[in-house]
Amino acid sequence: MNRLRRTMLFVPGNSPGMIRDAHIYGSDSIMFDLEDSVALGEKDAARHLVYQALKTIDYGTIEKVVRVNPLNTVYGQDDIEAMVQAKVNVIRLPKTETPQDILDTEEIITSIEKKADMEIGSTKMMAAIESALGVVNAYSIAISSNRLVGIALGAEDYTASLKTTRSLDGVELFFARSQIVVAARAAGIDAIDTVFSNLNDMETFEKEIRLIKQLGFDGKSVINPRQIDVVHKIFAPTEKEIEKALRILSAMKEAEEKGSGVVNLDGKMIDKPVLLRAQRMIEMAVASGMYYPEDNEEE
Amino acid sequence: MKNYAGREIPDILLEKGKMSPYNPLITNGLKKKESLSSAERQRQSRKIVDSLEKAVALSGLQNGMTISFHHHFRDGDYVVNYVIDRLAEMGFKHLRLAASSLTNIHAPLIRHIQNHVIDSIETSGLRGELAEAISKGLMDVPVTFRSHGGRAYAISSDQLHIDVAFLGAPSCDPFGNANGYSRDTEDTSACGSMGYARVDANYADKVIILTDHIVPYPNIPFGISQYQVDYIVEIPEIGDKNKIMSGATRYTNNPRDLLIAQKAVDVIAASGYFYDGFSLQTGSGGAALATTRFLREKMIARNIKANFALGGITGQIVKLHEEGLIKKLLDVQSFDLDAAESLKNNRFHQQIDANYYADPFSEGSVVNELDVVVLSALEVDTGFNVNVLTGSDGIIRGAIGGHQDTAAGAAFSIVVAPLTRGRNSSILNHVNTLTTPGDTVDVVVTDQGIAVNPLRPEIIERMKKAHIPLSTIEELKEKAEKIVGIAEALPFEDQIVGIVTYRDGSILDVIRKIRNDH
Amino acid sequence: MDFLKKGLAGTLESGDIFIEIEKSELPGIHIDLQSKVKNQYGKQILLVITETLKEYGIDNVNVKAIDQGSLDCTIRARVTTAIYRGSGKNDYRWE
Repeated sequence: MNRLRRTMLFVPGNSPGMIRDAHIYGSDSIMFDLEDSVALGEKDAARHLVYQALKTIDYGTIEKVVRVNPLNTVYGQDDIEAMVQAKVNVIRLPKTETPQDILDTEEIITSIEKKADMEIGSTKMMAAIESALGVVNAYSIAISSNRLVGIALGAEDYTASLKTTRSLDGVELFFARSQIVVAARAAGIDAIDTVFSNLNDMETFEKEIRLIKQLGFDGKSVINPRQIDVVHKIFAPTEKEIEKALRILSAMKEAEEKGSGVVNLDGKMIDKPVLLRAQRMIEMAVASGMYYPEDNEEE
Repeated sequence: MKNYAGREIPDILLEKGKMSPYNPLITNGLKKKESLSSAERQRQSRKIVDSLEKAVALSGLQNGMTISFHHHFRDGDYVVNYVIDRLAEMGFKHLRLAASSLTNIHAPLIRHIQNHVIDSIETSGLRGELAEAISKGLMDVPVTFRSHGGRAYAISSDQLHIDVAFLGAPSCDPFGNANGYSRDTEDTSACGSMGYARVDANYADKVIILTDHIVPYPNIPFGISQYQVDYIVEIPEIGDKNKIMSGATRYTNNPRDLLIAQKAVDVIAASGYFYDGFSLQTGSGGAALATTRFLREKMIARNIKANFALGGITGQIVKLHEEGLIKKLLDVQSFDLDAAESLKNNRFHQQIDANYYADPFSEGSVVNELDVVVLSALEVDTGFNVNVLTGSDGIIRGAIGGHQDTAAGAAFSIVVAPLTRGRNSSILNHVNTLTTPGDTVDVVVTDQGIAVNPLRPEIIERMKKAHIPLSTIEELKEKAEKIVGIAEALPFEDQIVGIVTYRDGSILDVIRKIRNDH
Repeated sequence: MDFLKKGLAGTLESGDIFIEIEKSELPGIHIDLQSKVKNQYGKQILLVITETLKEYGIDNVNVKAIDQGSLDCTIRARVTTAIYRGSGKNDYRWE
């Protein structure tokens, strides 16, 4: 089963109170941040803190991501080394502009994995694209490494690089969002949308989630636990969608049992992408607490 | 014989002194005696006494007697300190202080305890410096803690006899009709319901009302009626308006509280007690308050309305009432201004006293008619026992309140608590102080897991059916220990500083002195 | 490691621990611990601080610790940070 990445909860890396409870809110991933939320003078402290937390706290099956500082800062290399050693699931590289950024990071990760006797490639990567150049290069970034599980849009820096500002309907992000989804899909990885920072404007937040879901994104970075449920609710399939997906899957099962390569439902042939989408739909339904496979096993 | 009015009354009716012939000189008070206007008579009310000292003298208060107070003014209360300062000046000693509860603002009592003005205390709870001093051995006699229902029962059954009740009232007319608000002025330090004070007014030998708003007769509706009141004293201020109550109780944004609340609502919805016409009580803590809001969404989604809400009424509950989601409100204590306003304006928002609310032996006590109650806790143990009195450091910092009463009375009781607070676990092998017995607690909801009391197997089944993930209480305890470690035992000494009673007055537990090493 | 200056780390925020380490003239590790949970977790906090110092071969220091309900991993992180800051080194040991 593919990992769902509907929500990735940002957790400031130098805040012990937030780090200890990051996993209780039900986001699909936690992203510990060593970058923008940490003051320059505290980069070392945050690195030690997240390192110790990852080694000690049982975060369960939730995906653990760390946003490290870029390699062109004095912190980047130490961040990566500490986090790979602490067995983080995913290193998220900020401000990715070219495939080379990914390759440079990958090289460091590989050398640490070797040194630590870890399986090469066990540490995954995610790239945040936060500039016009990055958006233009989205596809070549997305296919640059097998470690990449997703690319994400970072809208603040991106809008600045476009010489514009954020608007409520996000019209200025339209191209970047579509480009990133298309690049991710073409590369077979996830597309994650940027954060929405006005916690008090839940209405616009919901609108934005509907938009990015429709565009094809897999999920969104969130800055507060209060945002998690809202995203999950909108990403959850409808009863109708679940029912249809279940019928498709049972038709598939039937075909398999007959040894037939062709799946038929109501006299219509079902294509592979439709099958895959149905499977995804059921995974989503299970994650959203709308479908319980064990309830339907008796038949 | 002929009576004073000249009518012939047969002697047989007057034999043995059973009845007497009409005589206006003897039946004084029944005869209209003069032609003063109503306003004039109000001005001349003999109940209004011009100083507290005079009222105390008239009340016959003696050393060693029991005096009582209510806690409707919470941290804004001036009455307790004002009265006891005066009593100390007047030279009173060895009094027993029976308050419905005491809070942070009552730290000045420490001095009066040291000077033996106050020898013993009965209360629902203690907080702040006073609580800390008592935990560290301030008093020779242990404090007796009672639940709100337990206190009402103790008073009404004369186990706790009150000699003089000193009751602060935001409004009172010249004959003693008093209330926690007034329809005659917006200007009072409103506290809404006076449910706890009404018990004292009903049963105390003498009742003195202290007020900063004498309003015209008749002060209706009244919480305390004139026939219960002996003296009225006007004082400049009965409390600090802003601390008696804030606007609406603040809605929490604490994500952990919201998470707990959401889980609690899921549990309620699956419990079998969430039906059209159900009844509920939710407290004023962050998570309990949020529960009310999430419950609202669930009620709308399932088209369920509540018959009544009880308690501690908050603005959140009032909102549901005004939306038509809760038919009636029974209010022993109004937690915020919105609740007080509603009590004043909403016809089906009824003030009730503490006996009506939670008396353990009174048929129809509202707690016994509750379906669902959501309660907070400082500590819970693997026997589902709850502590709401002492903190993780062993120092008193809470109140039993209606915890025991509602847990025992409601068909379904939920205790909410964060799994850990800072470095302390909320789930222990044994609570440091037992305030609510585990057999009255049905479910414990934490941010990191839900445990159903094995005494309620049908609830476990219902939760499973609704796909609510359950843990055992032991699993929750271990989960917390894995995060925070195992605490060392607290340094308690032998001296008993508090006696925790159950609703019927029996002794549930004792609180011991904590070593003073700071 | 030698302390060239006071090593400070952590904050007074809830869940954190403030650590200040400086060289001591007297041999041994001397810890002044302030904590609201001293009765319940004092020994454990002292143990974690001492163990972390010993991992870096440090023994002649005065440590001031102001705890706000921190967990062991936070204590270790703050002590380690203070050690590196006080010694002026950055040859971190990640393992």
